Amino acid sequence: MSTLSFHPLLLSIAAPLAIALAIALGLPKRWSVKLAYIGFAIPAIVAVVAWWDFAGASKESGYAYLVHYSTGLDGIGIGLKLGLNGVSLPLFVLAGLVGLAAGLYALQSEAERLKIYLMLLLIMQGGLMGIFASIDVFFLYFFHELALIPTFIMIGVWGSRGRSENSYAAMKVTIYLTLGAMLSLIGLIALYSKSGANSFDLIALRAHLAANPIAETLQHNYAALLVVGLGILVSLWPLHTWAPLGYGAAPTSAAMLHAGVLKKFGLYTLVQVALPLLPAGLAHWSHPLAWFAVVGNILIVGLITIAQRDLKQMIGYSSVMHMGYAFLGIATASVIGLGGVVLLMVAHGLSVALLFLLATSIFHRTHTFTMEDMGGLAQKAPVLAAFFVAATLASIGLPGFANFWGELTIFVALWKFSPLITALAVAGVVISAVYGLRSAARIFFGAPTEAFAKVAASHPPTDLRWSEKVPALILLATLLFVGFWPKSLSTSIDAALTPPTPQVAAK
Amino acid sequence: MPIEAVKLAAEANQWGAILPELILVCIALLLLVLEIVLPKKQHAMIPSVAGLGFAGVLIALHFNFTATYLDQDTFNGLLHHSSSGQLMRIFFVLAGLLVCILGQVSLAKQAMPKVEFYHIVLVVTASMMLLAQSNHFVLFFVALETLTIGLYILVSYFRGNALTLEAGLKYLVSGALSSSLLLFGIVLLYGVAGNPALPSHSANAMHFGELAAFLRANPHNFLASVGIVLVLSGVAFKIGAFPFQIWIPDVYQGAPTPVTAFLAVASKGAGFAVLLILANTVFVSYGWLVTPVLSAMAAATILFGNIAALTQHNVKRLIGLSGVSHAGFLLLGVVAAPLSPMATGAVYFYLFSYLIASFAVFGVMAHVAGANDADQELDHYAGLARERPFLATVLAVGLGSLAGIPPLAGFMGKFFIFIAAFKAGLYGLLAVAIVGVVISIYYYFGWIRAAFFETVVLPPDGETPPAPAHRPIGLVAGLALGTLALGTIVLGFYQGPLGQWLTLR
Repeated sequence: MSTLSFHPLLLSIAAPLAIALAIALGLPKRWSVKLAYIGFAIPAIVAVVAWWDFAGASKESGYAYLVHYSTGLDGIGIGLKLGLNGVSLPLFVLAGLVGLAAGLYALQSEAERLKIYLMLLLIMQGGLMGIFASIDVFFLYFFHELALIPTFIMIGVWGSRGRSENSYAAMKVTIYLTLGAMLSLIGLIALYSKSGANSFDLIALRAHLAANPIAETLQHNYAALLVVGLGILVSLWPLHTWAPLGYGAAPTSAAMLHAGVLKKFGLYTLVQVALPLLPAGLAHWSHPLAWFAVVGNILIVGLITIAQRDLKQMIGYSSVMHMGYAFLGIATASVIGLGGVVLLMVAHGLSVALLFLLATSIFHRTHTFTMEDMGGLAQKAPVLAAFFVAATLASIGLPGFANFWGELTIFVALWKFSPLITALAVAGVVISAVYGLRSAARIFFGAPTEAFAKVAASHPPTDLRWSEKVPALILLATLLFVGFWPKSLSTSIDAALTPPTPQVAAK
Repeated sequence: MPIEAVKLAAEANQWGAILPELILVCIALLLLVLEIVLPKKQHAMIPSVAGLGFAGVLIALHFNFTATYLDQDTFNGLLHHSSSGQLMRIFFVLAGLLVCILGQVSLAKQAMPKVEFYHIVLVVTASMMLLAQSNHFVLFFVALETLTIGLYILVSYFRGNALTLEAGLKYLVSGALSSSLLLFGIVLLYGVAGNPALPSHSANAMHFGELAAFLRANPHNFLASVGIVLVLSGVAFKIGAFPFQIWIPDVYQGAPTPVTAFLAVASKGAGFAVLLILANTVFVSYGWLVTPVLSAMAAATILFGNIAALTQHNVKRLIGLSGVSHAGFLLLGVVAAPLSPMATGAVYFYLFSYLIASFAVFGVMAHVAGANDADQELDHYAGLARERPFLATVLAVGLGSLAGIPPLAGFMGKFFIFIAAFKAGLYGLLAVAIVGVVISIYYYFGWIRAAFFETVVLPPDGETPPAPAHRPIGLVAGLALGTLALGTIVLGFYQGPLGQWLTLR
């Protein structure tokens, strides 16, 4: 245990929140912007340092950098316990990096009421770091909600659609996600109450439940609560309809953070909490879950994605579709499959954030999200085109990008689970190639459409500016880095997921 | 009466034990005196005397939390002092203090006598404090009636307004009905417990302890169960639980905003303090009856409150009906209380978080309200965020907490109640509660949406409506609102000693 009174993990959570509070209390704008840079940089720095340092750090039951703070609820086993294990580290890094990119992008954007916008993003950032650094299941949930609330407000106020449409989207997202969060909360409370450990501490819960597992039928019920509740949060078909609508309306940085990082909370909780604590429960539901994921998320939503005309809506649907692969990996419940899920979460988080960022950049140049009215943008903005094509290829799962490893390992694990589902899931890759490549072709290549020619005449489009390039580069470079050197993450993921055998324990 | 008995009785009259209540009542009298003595010019300072009195008692209570009388009976068993009683004392004094601050804001807009308002608030607060510590049905009823009569006056305080008068009358009629139900229940219990033919009958059956002993010895007495149901219905009127919630929307709309806050928070809190005592100790051997009655009430209250609030446009009716749903969540905690040890603490925590958040919202309402206090529509909040960002922020925090959104205190309250309910095995009620929470998001969010996302819509004829003159936020009121908002956030993150005290009970 660390004896530091102000631990780096706590710093990564508290710094953005403290700066947000300072802005809320009326810091002048100049200072707010300067401090916001620091607020986004600190978590990213902590995350990268943790990534670098993790392999060599001393660990206790798989967790490094453990620290515990009391909030007065020790009586019912709640305390702010922070630490990272092999599964949370990749997502912690993801949160730090996507947060930095989204923050930098927001700082350079000309959003109205920038101060409040930054404040909400910083709250979100603090919550995101908290989700993946928490070992206490209560705080896991708590930080998720903390990060979720700003999304609702940002969609409503800074949304990219009309006022009433934003308002409708905000309302729909709020109600869906609250329902999902409530169901999962009850699932977690059930887990806590029936475990008999009188603790929300994941380490204690694991140790206790390994010795006295919950009765099988109860496990089925609790797993159902968690799968449905968290499924809503991760946009499991047919409860996904909030996602495209919400992402279509959300302002760029909020969409980047939500689709890229926050949405992973549901998958992360399934991998980190539900699977180890309720193995029989999830095994019971694995086949229905896999079928919903493959038929609903991958095939049906995939076909819907092809039919989209609106660029942002399309990216929203494609992110729903990719969640299907993650659910498939969870359904296999094998070390390889889960490792694939964690890798895919990171890869998808980076690539979808990049796509949302670029979509807005495209909008600034074409003044529309309708893909049919674009065309030929590559001539005016070659760098933007290169970035977009790279991001699309990543999201399809081309080798060289991190997504490839995630999907590949999931397919490998899935073959053992059910060859039929594997075949259907692989067909989904073709679907994503169709819409991905078609959108790139429509936007960037071919002759400029009339509508675009008109816009281009009045506002000659420039190529990607540095303020857009830097955040995009952060995301793309990480995607490539993990793509070419997946071992940088997979070693620790593997160590965390492999059940402790004597040899591993001795190491 | 022999002189010895009088002496014995006098010895139990530990006046020191009710010093906080005595101080409040003395200040109430002092206010009236001051109004006569002071020249007209200085009447403006009289409300601050009331506020300072509340603040002083609050601080004194805080530092004397573990007073010498803790866990003792005084006044021949009329009162029982416990740490939860101390907590509720703080609760009521805090509520009284905030009502005084809101009163300053609201009364300034009306041409009404001002001093009596504070006088009655002080007296009502003192009687609530006695009620929460009562241990005997006589004191219980007297304290309850004192507070109800005080509230009759307060509800119809803006007597120039027709809606206010209607509210006053409705409250009077329904209040009288509830009091008579309650009294009838008490009489039945007293009568049956005094029947010498039954085991452990008692001559002093109004005393909670004696009554509990009698009920334990006769666990299936028909008359006693009728009495219990009647007493519970009487209390259900006070907390606005279904099917006794019918007076709430009209009374909440018509009553002056500070009084609405008082009704919504303190009066409800008093009802729950009493209900906890009754359900947890006195009626505990009738769990077979009390639990199903309260469970059905809780489920219906949560659903009714939330569904009825969905269609409201008047914010006072909205907050009233949402308050009904909060009563339902609290009832869930009360039902769980005999079965799960942490439920009592959860109810207290919920009450405190509800107090802080509600007063934040009511504070904003008092500021936004125009000259007609009953006319406060959702549309009036359009553009609030742009024009008065401070009020809008406080409103958002308060409503978020009422909706139970983390990291605000209201979430922790709901969370504790849910854990307690789960541990007590109330799965059906929990499912209802979840539905309630999701519905409630819709209307709370609608209100926030009105304040943040919408701008003022001009009437179609193109005339610009005269911009309402905004009264600047006073220093005290502003500080109070800021503290409430900040308190809501802090209590959501860090429960500290309060959490420790509540969870380790």
